[in-house]
This record gives sequence, C-alpha cells and structure tokens, in this order.
Amino acid sequence: MAESVQETVDAVYTADSRRVLATLIRLLGDFDAAEEAMHDAFRAALEQWPRDGVPANPRAWLVSTGRFKAIDVKRRLSRFDSLDEGEDGVDDRLLGTVDPEAWADRESVEDDRLRLIFTCCHPALAPDAQVALTLREVCGLTTEEIARTFLTPAPTMAQRIVRAKSKIREARIPYRVPEASELPDRLDAVLRVIYLVFNEGYAASSGPAVTRHDLSSEAIRLGRLLVDLLPEPEAMGLLGLMLIHESRRIARVSASGDLILLENQDRSLWNRSFIAEGTALVERSLASGRFGPYTIQGAIAAVHGGARDAGATDWNRIVVLYDALLRLDPSPVIELNRAVAVAMRDGPAAGLAIVEALLDRGELREYRLAHAARADFYRRLGKNTDARAAYRRALALTRQEPERRFLERRIAELEN
Amino acid sequence: MKYACLVYLEPGKLHAVPDSECAASGDKLRQRGQLVAAEALQPIDTATTVRVRNGRVSVTDGPFAETKEHLAGFYLIEAADLNEAIQIASRIPPAREGSVEVRPVRALQP
Repeated sequence: MAESVQETVDAVYTADSRRVLATLIRLLGDFDAAEEAMHDAFRAALEQWPRDGVPANPRAWLVSTGRFKAIDVKRRLSRFDSLDEGEDGVDDRLLGTVDPEAWADRESVEDDRLRLIFTCCHPALAPDAQVALTLREVCGLTTEEIARTFLTPAPTMAQRIVRAKSKIREARIPYRVPEASELPDRLDAVLRVIYLVFNEGYAASSGPAVTRHDLSSEAIRLGRLLVDLLPEPEAMGLLGLMLIHESRRIARVSASGDLILLENQDRSLWNRSFIAEGTALVERSLASGRFGPYTIQGAIAAVHGGARDAGATDWNRIVVLYDALLRLDPSPVIELNRAVAVAMRDGPAAGLAIVEALLDRGELREYRLAHAARADFYRRLGKNTDARAAYRRALALTRQEPERRFLERRIAELEN
Repeated sequence: MKYACLVYLEPGKLHAVPDSECAASGDKLRQRGQLVAAEALQPIDTATTVRVRNGRVSVTDGPFAETKEHLAGFYLIEAADLNEAIQIASRIPPAREGSVEVRPVRALQP
C-alpha cells in the first residue's frame, strides 16, 4: 500500500507539479513562497495519503494544502513581527475563500500555466534569465541541471535565477497573459526563448558533442504545451520546425560523433512521424495567412523532409521560401542560407557570387559557416587552393569539436 | 519653477544614510511646501529600459548604459504593475529618441 501511494505521489508530481506551482504562484503572488508551499504540499501528501487514501482530485488537494501551508508560514512569521499590531499579516488573497473544485477547472489551471510562461519570458528580464527561469519554473529542471546543460557554473546560474525572481517581485512584473494588443510582441519573446533552448540542444554552440538532446526535447515539450494552450499560427510553425529538425537527430551524427551534412544523411533514419506531424503543423499555420518567420523556416525544413533523396529536393521552392523569409526578417545569415539553396538550384558559381558579396559587406566576416559555404562552392568548382584557404578560415573560427574534425577532413581530402 | 533632484549613489552605499533620516528630511521639505514628490528607488537590478523605434516598443532588462546620453527629465508615475509602467513610459515622447529607465520606488523603512 505505502509503496503504491509513493508511486502515485511520484506520478502526480511528474504530471502535475508544474500546474500546482503555476496556480500557487497566482494565489501567493510570489515564486519562492509558491515553490516552498508546493514542496510542503507534496510532503503532506506522502504523510496523509497512505493513511487517508488518495483524494479524488489530487491536484486540487495539493493546491489547497500548499495554500494553507503558506498561510501557516506567514502567520508564524507575523507573530514575530512586533510592529504588526492587530492584524495577522496574512493578506486577503490568501484568506479569500476559494473553492478547491474551481482549481480542478481545466481552463483556470491552464491559464495559470500560460501566465507562468509569459512571466518567465517577460522582456524586462535579461534573455539568459528568461531561458533559465523558463527551464526551471515551467519545465521543472533543477538549477544544477540547467547550469550543466549551459556549461555554466551552478552558482552563476542560481544567481541569475534569484535575480530574475527578485526583479519579478520588486518591479512587479504581473502574472498575467498579455492582452490581445500586446500579444504578438510578447508571444515573439516566448517563441524566441523556446527556439533558443532548442538550438542550444540541437546545435550545441560549444562543447564536445554536436547535440544536447535533453534541451531539444524540453524545447519540443514547451512548444507542444504552448500550442495546446495558445494555438497561434507561429507557435504551430515553431513546433513544426523543431519537430522536423528533430526528426534528423540520429541521421545527422555518425557513430564516431561526426557531423553528417543533410545531403549525405541516410534518410531512412529520419523519424517519419515527426516529419508528418511537423509538416501538418506548418501547413495549418500557412493556411491561416497569419504566419511568420518560424513557419517559413518550418516550410523549408518540410521541403527537405518530403524529398526521398537530396537529388529530389525542390530547390526552387526553397529559394522562393527564403525570399519570403528575407522580406519578413532580413538577416545576413538567412541570405547565406539562401545562397546555399541558389547554389543547389543554379550551380556553385551562382552561390559563390552571393557569398562573396555578403562577405564584402562585412557582417559575416567572422561567421564560420560563411567561410565553410564559400569553401564548399570552390571545392565543387574544382578550385582546390581557394577551397583549402576558405576551409582554413572556417576552421580558425569554429569552437565546436565535431565541426573542427569535419573541416580538417575536408582540407585533407583536398590535399590528396 | 520646479526642479528635479536626482540622487546618484554607488550600489554599496544605497543604505549608507538611514531611511529615517531621509524620511525626516522629506517631511521637513513637505511642511515648508518645498516638495512635490520624493521617493527612494529599488536597486538597479530592478531597472527596465524602454525605447520606441519606428513606432515599436522595445523593452530590455537593466539600466540604459549609453554614456553619451545625459539625464534630461524626470517623471513620477503611478502604475498597477510593470506592464502598465512600460505602456506609460513608451508614451513619454523622448522615448523615441533616447530611452526611459523605469525603476520601482522603494518604501522607506520606519
């Protein structure tokens, strides 16, 4: 009996602890108090459920218990506060009668989760703090886990989180889903955080491995949650984009940990159900007519996902999609990606001309992938000396181990 | 003629002068009819900078750090939360040219 109750508590923790926390933050108005109350509530569940049985609605029980634990704490603190004459220091929000059944109401609970996401991704918090806070509060990762995945010392990460929470409290960042008028900008901030987490996992910018799977799957979980709570076209587009990228995870790294380019990947290793799900999401977003850059990038990924081999890729459609993307979101990195697609459609000389012009403009001069693309065009044109020099330039700029090995291999091939 | 008096302190010296002394000095000025508004501010960690460029509001964490820009004015506003404060700050006309730092006030301890 005791063992199975323990299992039930564990299962409820995994499934519902973030919902309980999100509601407690609303009721208590404070992140730290809510976390403490939630842990007190789960401790009480471990004591009481074996004796009294598992309540019919465990989540409502936990919220209600957590809230009363927090009232106890406040009462105890106020008793020591000699200046507090007459009143017990517990504010109305805590004492107000709340019907525990109302917390079981899916809508208000899910609103709390959305409130939590928008608060953690508030633009008044530093970008790295938004990411850390989202992973901790919305995904439930520990500070140590977040520090490890970002290769940051744990005390630094802890300080970042403490500072963000203190700003939420002191500057009074509201616990609210933005109004329709501010939603587009605020949703952008949420999507940016999710995409940043995904990219950090998918294309680890530093460190020994090409990918850090745990972060990518957290980002996809966040993406699913967001689409579930707020089915906006760009949220669907971003989830679609992440799923299609994720479908190639196994195919993109060799057994020895080396990077395999899209054109050389074994496409039978691609996860077809991710591609199907991602493509359907992107198409739904495109059909809405209210899509943005994530959806277009998702549509580009879907073209690759739908091609049975590299030769069958519809490069013209990809170039057209890049043109659309550049109109929405002009950036030299996207121009570079477009150049690669143009090279596939019209030949390496066409791509080279675009990249040379881009490098002349200066913004990408220190960007390793610009030099790698230029090197590849020279290689395909048979200009081996120019290719080697460009690969060396890319090599000098890379900080990622598997990428370094890939570039060194290319240089060695050109020397033979 | 109104004057804005803006106090600058190193972070470590925020509490160098006791709050009670500041409150007493404020009261004295108020009694003499010499004070419109005076507040202590929360530390710089709580600052948010608002800018308006091409009609779009940009919000960033932290104080504005453009050393070329000098203090040009001062508003004391009343807002329910940071979102409302940002809305008000984004309607302050010079937000289009420079930036407006939004910082919550701190109640003086008795």
